[in-house]
Amino acid sequence: MTATDDALRQPETAVSMTQPEGRAGVQRLLRRMAVVAIGVLAALLPQLQVSVPGVLPGPTWTPGSLQLLAVCLLIGALAATYNLVFAVTGMLSFGHALYFALGCYVFAMLLGHARLPLVPAALLTLCIGTVITLVVGLISLRVTGIAFAMVTLAFAQAGSVLVLRNVHGLTGGEEGLGLVPAPLPTWLVGVDNTQNLYWIALAVAVVVLAAVGWIVGSRAGHVMMAVRDNELRVRVLGIRPYVVRLISFTAAGALATLIGMAYLLVQGGANPQITTSSFTLTLLVMVVLGGLGSRWGAVVGGVTYTLLDQRLGVLAASEHVTTLPAPLRVPLSQPTFILGALFVIVVLFLPGGLTGFVARLTGRTDNAPLTELSEAESR
Amino acid sequence: MTTAGRQDQAVRPESAGTILSVRSLNAWIGTQQILHDVTFDVADRGVTALLGRNGVGKTTTLRALLGLVRREGVIELASSRIDGEPTHRIVRRGIGYVPENRDVFGGLTVAENLDLARRHALKRHRAVTRPSRRGDRMSTCGESDERVQLVDRLFPDLVRRRGQPAGTLSGGQQQMVALARALLNDNLALLVDEPTKGLAPKVVDEVADALEVAARRTPILLVEQDLAVVARLADRVVVMTEGQVAHSGPAPEFLADRATVRGLLGVSGGSR
Amino acid sequence: MSTVILLAVTGLGLGALYFLVASGLSLIYGVMRILNFAHGAFLTVGGYLGYEVGVHAGVHARSWPVFVVMLAVGAIAGTILAMLVEILLIRRLYQREIEQVLVTVGLGLAAVALVTGIWGPDTRPMPSPSWMARTTSIIGAAVPNVCFACIAASVVVLIALQFLLARTRYGLIIRAGVENRSMVAALGIDVRRTFTAVFMLGGGLAGFGGVLTALYNSALSPAMGDSLLIFAFIVVVIGGLGSVTGSAIAAAAVAILQQFANYYTTSGVGDLIVVAALAAVLLVRPGGLSGRQVRLA
Repeated sequence: MTATDDALRQPETAVSMTQPEGRAGVQRLLRRMAVVAIGVLAALLPQLQVSVPGVLPGPTWTPGSLQLLAVCLLIGALAATYNLVFAVTGMLSFGHALYFALGCYVFAMLLGHARLPLVPAALLTLCIGTVITLVVGLISLRVTGIAFAMVTLAFAQAGSVLVLRNVHGLTGGEEGLGLVPAPLPTWLVGVDNTQNLYWIALAVAVVVLAAVGWIVGSRAGHVMMAVRDNELRVRVLGIRPYVVRLISFTAAGALATLIGMAYLLVQGGANPQITTSSFTLTLLVMVVLGGLGSRWGAVVGGVTYTLLDQRLGVLAASEHVTTLPAPLRVPLSQPTFILGALFVIVVLFLPGGLTGFVARLTGRTDNAPLTELSEAESR
Repeated sequence: MTTAGRQDQAVRPESAGTILSVRSLNAWIGTQQILHDVTFDVADRGVTALLGRNGVGKTTTLRALLGLVRREGVIELASSRIDGEPTHRIVRRGIGYVPENRDVFGGLTVAENLDLARRHALKRHRAVTRPSRRGDRMSTCGESDERVQLVDRLFPDLVRRRGQPAGTLSGGQQQMVALARALLNDNLALLVDEPTKGLAPKVVDEVADALEVAARRTPILLVEQDLAVVARLADRVVVMTEGQVAHSGPAPEFLADRATVRGLLGVSGGSR
Repeated sequence: MSTVILLAVTGLGLGALYFLVASGLSLIYGVMRILNFAHGAFLTVGGYLGYEVGVHAGVHARSWPVFVVMLAVGAIAGTILAMLVEILLIRRLYQREIEQVLVTVGLGLAAVALVTGIWGPDTRPMPSPSWMARTTSIIGAAVPNVCFACIAASVVVLIALQFLLARTRYGLIIRAGVENRSMVAALGIDVRRTFTAVFMLGGGLAGFGGVLTALYNSALSPAMGDSLLIFAFIVVVIGGLGSVTGSAIAAAAVAILQQFANYYTTSGVGDLIVVAALAAVLLVRPGGLSGRQVRLA
């Protein structure tokens, strides 16, 4: 009777495994209600005049803020899909950005070059993204560990190269590929309709988070965690780890494609920066920053990172920084420096990331540093 | 002749005759606790055999003594505590380790495996250890060293194979390398883990011969499943079950008591 | 024919750079089990500090002695940076290998950003002896002399590394550590000091390579480390984690393959072929060319 058996039997999170049933039920209900409340609040944001100076460029009903929030939601959701691959199934993939970028670029190409209408283009993009993820997974998962990490990195790099070389002018090379408005319905185009884009982003984020949550909570999810922790035991049960990993990988990739499509709409174009390995590395940073082991941690990490990236960029260009003496100005003028340094500090001193830090303050222990994740299962 | 009585006699760390004293040792591999309150002594003379069925924690005990697994408890080597120290420092105090799977470095030659193990060389000759040219001395830096001569005498086969990558050696030969490594230094104690596992009877005898010679100068804590070897070499036994010490006492008396042997160790008998 | 020669030599020149980065990465992984994502930063910082020396040499800027000093400064900068990183950051995460990798990721991002902040994102030309800018004719091919410098430097490094590994005690410890580091500790050797030494060695090699990379590319830029790093990782994996010889062979093979493919098909295909080669090698031999089976954590 090991912890993995327990994990396979109870569809609960780590928290409720350590607490009596009744309390766990109430806690779960409270959490669900909190999530729904946040969701409703988020949906209402465009109608509200909430101002968060310093964080948002303007009150929440302004296009600039809505755009930023939309991007935050999408990146947060993307981080949650990466969490599925990395923290839940234990696969260190350095190429997750590829499927997100696929969604973005293929959608842009179908809309722009092939002039397909919205819905067929969307469905086709989703199919293509899923198929490519599946194929890459079929190949990459034949190895594990470092070899797997390197193969995924290599595939992502291949994608990045393809995009940058601008084969037949399809991908726009370094300048990216703009979103062609013609095939889109009018309610998606134009600054006035930014709130529609926001709601689309919110909807996609909700769908993705629900999907990830469903997968993690299901039996499949627990098998994935079992594969992460103790491959031998899973084999003994007659399950093939390869298949489990493939399912997780493909599901996460398909969801990432979906997010990529929404991202295209929100940003109005596809940028080659999202194909780079640095971008996948920043996904890794987000997931760890937020706290491993929980999709909410990933979302927090994603949202925090995106906000920081944006705001630090603005801060760097602002007068506050440009007038500083050189030793202070130089580091502060580079958002990536601050983010990288912050990340290092979090890894060193805050294992469990931001959510872990908060959880420790409130006395709960959902999150744990990665190398203790496997131990957390048996607590 | 109760086990409790025997253990009382062994408990006093100041008593002349204890090189290693272990008190309330707990050890974990990952989150699983393997050793529960293990307490025993290793005499400063001869061979103390650590016995028990498969999986009771004998190897883990040796590794815990060396700090290779997470442990808590009081461990004393020659009356000074080593339980808080890192592995390399424990070893430098004078413990030679012959691990269960031999753990020779396959890509290195026999001579290199032994060079690596020599602790004196590090202190006196920090610079390059020149592997000696074609010759049958395995010593480095051309220095005559009593221990090296001992090793040369005990393992002539290895001398012949000094330039051979250790990964290409037979199991028995690798065992000899592992033993030679431990004998090259002046140690206070040797921890030897199942040296005869998987070896042919003739090779088992050779290993036992070497251990016998080694035991004359250095006390040994020997984990062993082969009771014939135990009978030949051991002066005392410590028997474990399920991560705890079940019995300790003189070897001949224990081995003569067939019922206890069968009870604690399962099917009694010779080599596997 | 002259094209083939040109491609082969420029390919070997590129391979020389891959080797300098990959050999350090390979040893670091072999001994410490860390994927060092900060390695690109060591290269970049080494390159920029070497550049500063070259630029401030005044009248002697284009002379050979100054060039040698630039190389030395690059190497030293990489070594010191690596030492600081290992002691201040990596050591605190001993036995938490995934966190160690993450820290190098953060560090890599931060270091490159800092370099961009100090020197700006634009590329700069690298001061060098005028011989470097010229070409030498070999059977009709005009081969840039830079390639010869890179190849010569990395051959020297290869020989030196082989000597270090085969003939010194440190090398012995490193080779043993790649196989089984806990047994090395069980022989009484302080592996942590070996970790620092290996990390410093890798950093020095990368810093040295940084100066040469800037020369090869005829341009110094903050991103040069990261773009090389990916290929270096591929070389490390193909050549076998922990194997210096493997890295050398793989580096040459990958670079030459890349050059030929990029030329004879469209530019960019070479990179794709390298990626395909990595996938192929890994699927057939997960331990890389040297065949050693190694896994993450």
